[in-house]
Amino acid sequence: MSLFNLSPDEWTAVALSLRISVVATICALPFGIAVGWLLARKDFWGKAVLDGIAHLPLVLPPVVTGYLLLISFGRKGPIGEFLYDYFGIVFSFRWTGAALSCGVMGFPLMIRPIRLALEAIDKKLEDAAATLGANRIRVFLSVTLPLALPGIIVGVVLCFARALGEFGATITFVSNIPGETQTISAAIYTLTQVPGGAAAAGRLVIIAIIMAFAALIAAEWLGRRATMRFHGE
Amino acid sequence: MTVLAVDVEKRLGALHLAVRFQAKGGATALFGPSGAGKTSIVNMIAGLLEPDRGTIMLDDTILFDAEKNIDVPPYRRRIGYVFQEGRLFPHLSVQQNLDYGRRMSGRARDQEEFDRIVAMLDIANLVDRRPGKLSGGERQRVAVGRALLMQPRLLLLDEPLASLDAGHKREILPYLVRLRDDAGIPIVYVSHTPAEVRRIANTVMRLDAGRVVAIGGLELLDEPEADAFA
Repeated sequence: MSLFNLSPDEWTAVALSLRISVVATICALPFGIAVGWLLARKDFWGKAVLDGIAHLPLVLPPVVTGYLLLISFGRKGPIGEFLYDYFGIVFSFRWTGAALSCGVMGFPLMIRPIRLALEAIDKKLEDAAATLGANRIRVFLSVTLPLALPGIIVGVVLCFARALGEFGATITFVSNIPGETQTISAAIYTLTQVPGGAAAAGRLVIIAIIMAFAALIAAEWLGRRATMRFHGE
Repeated sequence: MTVLAVDVEKRLGALHLAVRFQAKGGATALFGPSGAGKTSIVNMIAGLLEPDRGTIMLDDTILFDAEKNIDVPPYRRRIGYVFQEGRLFPHLSVQQNLDYGRRMSGRARDQEEFDRIVAMLDIANLVDRRPGKLSGGERQRVAVGRALLMQPRLLLLDEPLASLDAGHKREILPYLVRLRDDAGIPIVYVSHTPAEVRRIANTVMRLDAGRVVAIGGLELLDEPEADAFA
């Protein structure tokens, strides 16, 4: 059991990583569904721009994304200042900032499967629901969303996995503060920079592999269950 | 008494649909070849397709009036619609499919009515299954039940037998006849098969290329042009 013989600091990093990734994914989900739906169903001016912006974190160097977050969501940044003044929300050098950068980095991976799932839904089923008395919102909640569930699950897991592994944008935006913004990735990086850190780094590496693997297996299992429901079980 | 009054125009690609008819209680067939515009007409009655011009009235209610800018959305029309392909919700059980209309309108469950309709359509043994596990005939019976259980003011049946093989057609026809006789809901029945229309309709509206070419009784089915559709 020496494998899990982590020091309190290492456990902190693991717990923080999980918390940041969970919060990032949950907060990104409504936006992911909204943007996925807009891209799948609506034609509007600037659609290509929205598509581009949503996918930008996938192709930009993460450091650049982190820098952009820093100048816009930092305490002196226009958005950061507004959120602090009116809602008391602070991102810079806090775990909430890490969650924000992880959510932004995971976002493109989340919307793609959601968009594809929404595009694949037979709109005739939505028409049928409308004739049965469901208004648009109820059609969306009772037919569209459940039918898109397999894609939503895949999107959630991909975003979560990306958030777990996020490093560049997070360290640029909120630095590498133990107990506040030091995730597993950041902790491994720090450990590899100091003499005698190899063993601890190795332990965290194994934890990271296990977590990523568990996320993939969970995605596969949940996705299969959701799909099976449609075929009769 | 006139139940349904339709007077609409709609341009759909090459087809210029311009129909005007009134339907009384009982079962009215929209009969004609494929491409005559039958499905577009029922879609307009249901509110799924907006006419370019005209009016649609059901009993004393205006469902659509282009000039007065009235277009009641489908979810407020209370018109039951049985589609050619059933369109049961694959993620819900048969029971949940049947309950869908009632849940959306927020009515309390009327077990007696439920049992009566389920018995009429002989689907009591299917309620726990998912649509994916039903045969074509079973699926259409559930679709009819789902439309009936929303307590519709009018029932639209769009080629409900077209996707079924001959055996299943024979299986489901008696249920539709019973539906016409027992449910007391006016029916608009779309079909291009004279044999089907003969069993179900008492008024026939013959359509061709987007126009009503004849209105009358079942004798319209005996005219030589009618056979050309089949």
